[in-house]
Amino acid sequence: MGIEGYLLVSAALFGIGTFGFMARRNAILMLISIELMFNAVNLSLVAFNAFLPPDSNAGAVFALMIMAVAAAEVTVGLALVIAIIRTRQTAEVDQYSDLKE
Amino acid sequence: MPALESVAVPERDRLSAQPSQPELSTLDISSVLFFLLAIGVVGAGIAVVTLRNIIHSAVAMMICFGSLAGMYALLGAPIVAAAQVLIYLGAISVLILFAIMLTQAGDANLPAPFHRQGPIAVVVALAIIGLVGWAVVQTDWGLLPEAVSAGVEDIANAVFTTFALPFEIISLLILVAIIGAIYLARRPEEDERAN
Repeated sequence: MGIEGYLLVSAALFGIGTFGFMARRNAILMLISIELMFNAVNLSLVAFNAFLPPDSNAGAVFALMIMAVAAAEVTVGLALVIAIIRTRQTAEVDQYSDLKE
Repeated sequence: MPALESVAVPERDRLSAQPSQPELSTLDISSVLFFLLAIGVVGAGIAVVTLRNIIHSAVAMMICFGSLAGMYALLGAPIVAAAQVLIYLGAISVLILFAIMLTQAGDANLPAPFHRQGPIAVVVALAIIGLVGWAVVQTDWGLLPEAVSAGVEDIANAVFTTFALPFEIISLLILVAIIGAIYLARRPEEDERAN
């Protein structure tokens, strides 16, 4: 299997994540969609690392660092979401419109 | 002159010119594995964004991440696969499941999952998939025909020599994230009780 298959899976996963982030109304599910997009980028980086001839392993190292940044992001994001849900009593992002008015 | 030309042939051309006839059976197995894992990744991803119950979405997300770990192993990056299992399957999934169980107070009649901008989101997602897919198919990558596995030792050397500074900065970032998460997730009453 060449690199095209992996990159197409990566593109599909990124599109699915974009759709989930834009279309879902639940705040936690929007965070999950962001994780899907992170994973899509990771997959393409590891695929490039495996198939590109200059053998510096930068792709795999970048993937590991993206994982660390994603862990930090989801930690702070979930803390924010839990704090908002505690005050607003709902996970629906449509209800978080106080600043709009 | 012919000798010079043969010397000038790049490494990747010679690698791709080699016939892969003896490895046909292993190639087939890896292709089958790739297709199974691809179905797992894409199918579970679609399930994540379309299922109504968010707990089911989180379980589908774990399936998606597990299939991705298999794909990293198939790409010859075992350390990335191990990190995927540890960080995503182990830590982030459990964190998200805890957050869901803390916040979803067992509401039986779930609201409609999709925003009214759902159709626009479908168009945007399909446009992204189509554009990236078209670019992937059109580009002549000029690559190795098979994945070259990245050894754990090589990756460790790269992390602690070439990428030592980003590595240290990430440790600082994680520290900041821990402090921020503790501060944000603390209940306000605890502050008052402490005073």
